[in-house]
Amino acid sequence: MAEYILEMKNITKEFPGVKALDNVNLQVKPGEIHALVGENGAGKSTLMNVLSGTYPFGSYTGDIIYNGEECKFKTLHDSEEKGIVIIHQELALIPELSIGENMFLGNERKGLLGIDWDRTYHEASEHMQQVGLKEEATTLIKDIGTGKQQLVEIAKALSKDVKLLILDEPTSSLNEEDSKMLLDLLISFKQKGMTSIIISHKLNEISYVADKITVIRDGSTIETIDNADHNVDEARIISGMVGRELSDRYPSREHNISDKVGMEVKGWTVHHPLYTEKKVVDNVSFNVHRGEIVGFSGLQGAGRTELAMSIFGRSYGSDISGELKIDGETKELKNVRDAIKAGLAYVTEDRKGNGLILADSIAKNVTMSRLEKVCSKGIINIDKENAVAEEYREKLRTKTPSVQQAVGNLSGGNQQKVLLSKWMFADPEVLILDEPTRGIDVGAKYEIYCIMNDLVAQGKSVVMISSEMPELLGMCDRIYVMNEGKMVAEMPASEATQEKIMAAILQSDKK
Amino acid sequence: MNVKTFVKKYTMVIALVVVFIFFSFWTDGKLLLAQNMSNLLLQNAYVLVMACGMLLCILTGGNIDLSVGSTVCLIGAIAAQLMSKHNMNAYAVIILCLLLSVVIGMWQGFWIGYIHIPPFICTLAGMFLFRGIGRAILESKTIAINNKTFLDTFASYIEIPGLDKDVKWSAFIAGIAVACILVVVTAFNRIKKAKKGYKQASAVSQFAKIAVIDLLVIAYTWKLAHYKGIPVMALWVLAIVFIYAFITSKTAFGRYFYAVGGNEKATKLSGINTNKVYFLAYTSMSLLAGLSGLLIGARIGSINGDTGNSFEMDAIGSCFIGGASAYGGSGTVGGVVVGAILLGVINQGMSIKGLDNNWQYVVKGAVLLVAVIFDVVSNKKTGKAG
Repeated sequence: MAEYILEMKNITKEFPGVKALDNVNLQVKPGEIHALVGENGAGKSTLMNVLSGTYPFGSYTGDIIYNGEECKFKTLHDSEEKGIVIIHQELALIPELSIGENMFLGNERKGLLGIDWDRTYHEASEHMQQVGLKEEATTLIKDIGTGKQQLVEIAKALSKDVKLLILDEPTSSLNEEDSKMLLDLLISFKQKGMTSIIISHKLNEISYVADKITVIRDGSTIETIDNADHNVDEARIISGMVGRELSDRYPSREHNISDKVGMEVKGWTVHHPLYTEKKVVDNVSFNVHRGEIVGFSGLQGAGRTELAMSIFGRSYGSDISGELKIDGETKELKNVRDAIKAGLAYVTEDRKGNGLILADSIAKNVTMSRLEKVCSKGIINIDKENAVAEEYREKLRTKTPSVQQAVGNLSGGNQQKVLLSKWMFADPEVLILDEPTRGIDVGAKYEIYCIMNDLVAQGKSVVMISSEMPELLGMCDRIYVMNEGKMVAEMPASEATQEKIMAAILQSDKK
Repeated sequence: MNVKTFVKKYTMVIALVVVFIFFSFWTDGKLLLAQNMSNLLLQNAYVLVMACGMLLCILTGGNIDLSVGSTVCLIGAIAAQLMSKHNMNAYAVIILCLLLSVVIGMWQGFWIGYIHIPPFICTLAGMFLFRGIGRAILESKTIAINNKTFLDTFASYIEIPGLDKDVKWSAFIAGIAVACILVVVTAFNRIKKAKKGYKQASAVSQFAKIAVIDLLVIAYTWKLAHYKGIPVMALWVLAIVFIYAFITSKTAFGRYFYAVGGNEKATKLSGINTNKVYFLAYTSMSLLAGLSGLLIGARIGSINGDTGNSFEMDAIGSCFIGGASAYGGSGTVGGVVVGAILLGVINQGMSIKGLDNNWQYVVKGAVLLVAVIFDVVSNKKTGKAG
């Protein structure tokens, strides 16, 4: 057997106007877990698309040597035939079809006449067993959580007789528990001899699971670090990724918390929009002072997003009750318009689905929530709109050729900045940030943190919902912990630790 | 701007020019005769008017209104009957009919916007409903419209006594006036922008564009001057086109249609009442369909049960040929006007040549398909990397 199962040599790939990959080299040994890290736009996904044949042979230069032979993949199908399977960040499952149907989509188990359903579901359950997924193969995808959907993707890869599994940000939408399970699954596959390449932003996970770590920056390989002892220096990876030392991952700030309460919520209860008997948020009370960052921790499905959206002009849920005060005044917010007028802003966790109009320009997106500010008598002053967008582009250092650029063409971090610009332009007193750093790279995260610090320095209140505990501990003044719709703990960030937060969640589960 | 981006930006304009030149030669210049140029506008007035409204519907997410042809018939029928049977005052009829169109639009807009009935189904139902009611009102007859005031309001020509004799100089003078105003407005805008230090397009390209438009306006009014002068219907069409162009490009209200089509959830979470946006799109659509009914009635001089048949397809086709996205969120009134004129030139050219009606359908279909294929393919090529 060759020393390497996969060698990518001097891969160069150009898009019109951009050199996405510049002489990239990657060497993967059989049976190892190889991590690929780098900032957004560094070229990780492009490299994997070259490998899988999504970008066909001929559209790039360089050699791919797999199992000792040179490969010229023209389509995804060619690479899958050789046992290379890629699982994308955005899952490619069809919600209305069953697990079994999804698993063999495009690869159907055929009988004499049409599809052999017995064989389909039988083989599906075998593969599900391999990944430890305890569901019926006939269950619809829409009825299982994201964690399990990720497992279905992996089972699907197994059904294709995978030898080299590529996972692009597999844990980005998973909570800590599901992430851990997924990573352990990868390790168990490794012991059976499977090779995997994993792309991730989460350094702790990489340190835990990877044997080798290759750092990519601006389309070039920086270095490959050995991680056999699973104890790599995170600072070294970060400095490799961003090209500079990030001495502190969280910018420092003066804690000037005012006595004035910016927002106060008492006895807030929200029911599910369809199953109206089910309480999604149950009698929750909290407050946030002016000049304070308050964090919300909890597992996925704890009801944090639902709480935030129901406060924000009842944009989620039914039969909402409770008291809401903004700056000491009781408010009755019937719709989003009211909420914006009352000085509230909700920056969604789903920037592509709920936050931005990807096909529209940055300028149009920025002004959308308070268009009247650049209008007189309903007529938009386009020049003023562009000037405003330009101002926020500079303030937030959004990387873009111009504010006329369609938002969909920006990287994740820059999209997030446009989303923040949009809500800062609305000039709120209380900002609720839902997973503000999800899926964006270390450098952009730091900049988002700085913006948050600026906001509280101006005396605004910030509520931060995050699944990444270190981020909450690093940024917040106080942390609330939610579980299954209930508020289970409140602690000053100075006393909080990841263990204490987890303990609070677990104890509430036992009750 | 290099050649490639120029071609991409003005594809449909270039196509229009090519088609126009082709038909000019093919018809041995008959297309360019004053009468034909005048008719080009009059025969397509209804398409231009309805395409503006259809654009708003399409912007909200590729939604179309199938009922407009039937609304044309219904409103035309009501107008015709009120004037012929009941001898009602023409202005009262016009106001009443437009109000009724709004009511029809609100009816559809309510189901689509607030009850979330899929627009395709709701307007398909409307298509049958309004056609049926229209025919019932006509009692299956063809009703003539003879009311002079009504005909003058929509289908006469502007004539200034003393000035307009063999050649209607008023038309030509109006053309030159419009050309001058365009230049002055452009210059004024540039000065204003320069003062505030805003970025602006290069003077050469901007004035070159204005020069071309001016030339076309003057040439067209020159043709009109040699026929019957400026048709009143042209003023109606221009008014509607300008109002809709203004709404879609300059107002907050217009921006909301693009936003809903671009991402409805994000629009909702930005505090915009998306139900109302749908409601208003369909209300405006029916208002314009009603107006088209009056225009058609006045131009043809009668209404029958088949008036307005398949008009919806012309309006929808114009929008897509004019570059509106089938998924919503993008498209301009300018593009739609070019699309409508392109269809019009093809119709007119083939009619002059005496080609069979059937072949006109074939050509229209082919043009629509080619336009959309071109749009999709060129967008894919220049789409974002990765």
